[in-house]
Amino acid sequence: MSEPNHAHADHRDDFGARLGMWLFLVTEMVLFGGLFIAYSYMRSTYPADFHHAGTELNATLGVTNTLVLLTSSLTVALSIVAIQRGDRLKSMAFLSASLALGVTFLVIKATEWATKFHHGLYPNAPHLATLPHGEQVFFGLYFTMTGLHGLHVIIGLGVLSYMLVQVARGRICQDRYVQLENAGLYWHLVDVIWIFLLPLFYLAA
Amino acid sequence: MSAQDTPLPPSYLVDTGSRKGLLAWLTSTDHKRIGLLYLASMLTFFFVAVGIGLVMRLVQLTAFSHLITAETYNALFTVHGVIMVFLFVVPGLPAVFGNFFLPILIGAKDVAFPRLNLASWYFYMAGATVVITALFTGHGAPDTGWTFYVPFSLHTGTNVSLAVFGAFLLGFSSMLTGINFITTIHRLRAPGMHWFRMPLFCWATYSTAWIQLLATPILAITLVLVILERVFGIGIFDPTKGGDPLLYEHLFWIYSHPAVYIMILPAMGAITEILPTFAQRPIFGYKAIAFSSMAIAGVGSLVWAHHMFTSGLSQFAVMTFSLLTMIVAVPSAIKVFNWVSTLYKGSIDFQPPLLFALTFIFLFCIGGLTGVMLGALAVNVHVHDTYFVVGHFHYVMFGGTGMAFFAALLYWFPKMFGKMYSKKAIYASWFPIFIGFNMLYFTMLVLGVMGMPRRYFHHLPRFDTGHDIATVGSWILVLGLVMFFGALVHALFKGEKAEDNPWGGVTLEWTIPSPPPQENFQEIPTITTEAYHFPQEEIG
Repeated sequence: MSEPNHAHADHRDDFGARLGMWLFLVTEMVLFGGLFIAYSYMRSTYPADFHHAGTELNATLGVTNTLVLLTSSLTVALSIVAIQRGDRLKSMAFLSASLALGVTFLVIKATEWATKFHHGLYPNAPHLATLPHGEQVFFGLYFTMTGLHGLHVIIGLGVLSYMLVQVARGRICQDRYVQLENAGLYWHLVDVIWIFLLPLFYLAA
Repeated sequence: MSAQDTPLPPSYLVDTGSRKGLLAWLTSTDHKRIGLLYLASMLTFFFVAVGIGLVMRLVQLTAFSHLITAETYNALFTVHGVIMVFLFVVPGLPAVFGNFFLPILIGAKDVAFPRLNLASWYFYMAGATVVITALFTGHGAPDTGWTFYVPFSLHTGTNVSLAVFGAFLLGFSSMLTGINFITTIHRLRAPGMHWFRMPLFCWATYSTAWIQLLATPILAITLVLVILERVFGIGIFDPTKGGDPLLYEHLFWIYSHPAVYIMILPAMGAITEILPTFAQRPIFGYKAIAFSSMAIAGVGSLVWAHHMFTSGLSQFAVMTFSLLTMIVAVPSAIKVFNWVSTLYKGSIDFQPPLLFALTFIFLFCIGGLTGVMLGALAVNVHVHDTYFVVGHFHYVMFGGTGMAFFAALLYWFPKMFGKMYSKKAIYASWFPIFIGFNMLYFTMLVLGVMGMPRRYFHHLPRFDTGHDIATVGSWILVLGLVMFFGALVHALFKGEKAEDNPWGGVTLEWTIPSPPPQENFQEIPTITTEAYHFPQEEIG
């Protein structure tokens, strides 16, 4: 199947594709940047409340999830190395590992959220409304920021699954893998943002 | 294959693929067709918002004030602002003329990511559809003003969430366009097209694209927070839960002030293309204009809190932001100086695009100077949230960006459609546009200084005369707009065939046929001269 009269179909510009991806990542960082501004402002307003609210979060689960996500980034990088060496099966295996780790991250995240809901620590909860203002804001930010991050993980999983299909179909191969590289960049970004979220929430206590 | 025998490839307006008609347009990745898709949709929204503005002016006449309720008036100014800002002025010049001419001006066959480009248009249309749906569904059109200030926007029962989501989608479209343009300029310049040989419209688009990239995500997240706040009550902006409304104002203006430069920079770029052509002289101070675009983009990102002088910031903060606001006027003034100097000793050919370009400079100067007045603390406190702000804003956005949009349309119309409009009809339309514009908005400046607050449905009897003059001005202005676009639509169907280079321009778009062929250039040109290299300059 060929693309009809497409001007650039055979003009590949891998550098341009990567540049575009980096620019997109800049917008993602600024997107979260807005939330980081909100966080730092609120934390400077309510330092004691943030400290106290932080004790409600399970740091062990947070650190576990960090390791899960870091490992998934490693396997994405390894799958790129594998495709560069022309090892399609290995590349697919590493991508599948990343997908599995990403899902693990979401499962752990979901159990944490479920615990918070169980304890009545969610926005508009009657129990949360009885807590000091700073703690209410802390949990508002917690759900917003980890929620938005979780959404990015879900999107990332979608992208990686698509990459898996593309590798399987041979559309991504030894001399044509910029798509996979870009998907990897996106996944690393999701990882990097989590590395900031961990100390801001789980280690705030 | 000899050059002489090669038949010209068909114009981009001719369908050559398997799809025909509307479907061919809706699936085209040709940057020129996408530019026209934007043009058509944008002008439609523009006229809807003009109509709303007309009604808003009409009900300020005491005799007609019973036509609508005060609540409807709140919805009208919100909708007018949202449509004009997010659907017309922000995407305005970059999406239409940037798409159409940026690749041609740098000697490329298309933008870097043509399919992403089409996707941006679909995001734009999706956002527009959602915004318009928000007007007719739920519990009434949003009544917050285009700024969606909390806490009111959190508690009003009107359809704010949906409208805000629409603005979010529009922001996405704007960001993707920015990514596309930056990559295009970095990667697709023709051989020999050095950075400082690019026409200055490209520099303006480049600076704009960076603001789109760095500022829009802040708006996106702020709007998401408003939605989350309304739906889940996360409490970040809600003072009853420990949140802070002032944080919303900061986040909103961190985007929305730079957005003003997203609106004006490409307009300045278009003017910078027009003036050298009609003066037959190279632009005066090429590098000064290029760098001032980047300076506006940079400093313009640091002045947002001048919208908040009466919100209760610290004295130190307001003085800093006031100073920065004064500084951002400097690069704009550099541009005006360079434009006027370009005309000096030029062989001026007074064609319609030049008329509108000069109108831009005049009106933009009034808009800019009233902006400096607003940046001064003492004046700002006096005229904050009055008609003075409304007048200033319309001088910059309509007198500035709007007039530049018209000038660019007149300048490039023959190239885009291969048809020439009736110059007399355009000259005739200029008079009502110019007279109506100043009657409408200069009166607003005066009303504002007298103390007329913005967004009020009722006014005191002592403002009657001013409102009457402004309303009559709005009729004259709309008459001019109808004449202007009437002339262009007429030209579209019945206009004479335009030459390839009707104005004697020297940038690349004038070296190719009107309308341009698919893929623009048969052979990618090699650039050997500066951007504005007029032949007679060599002799002199």
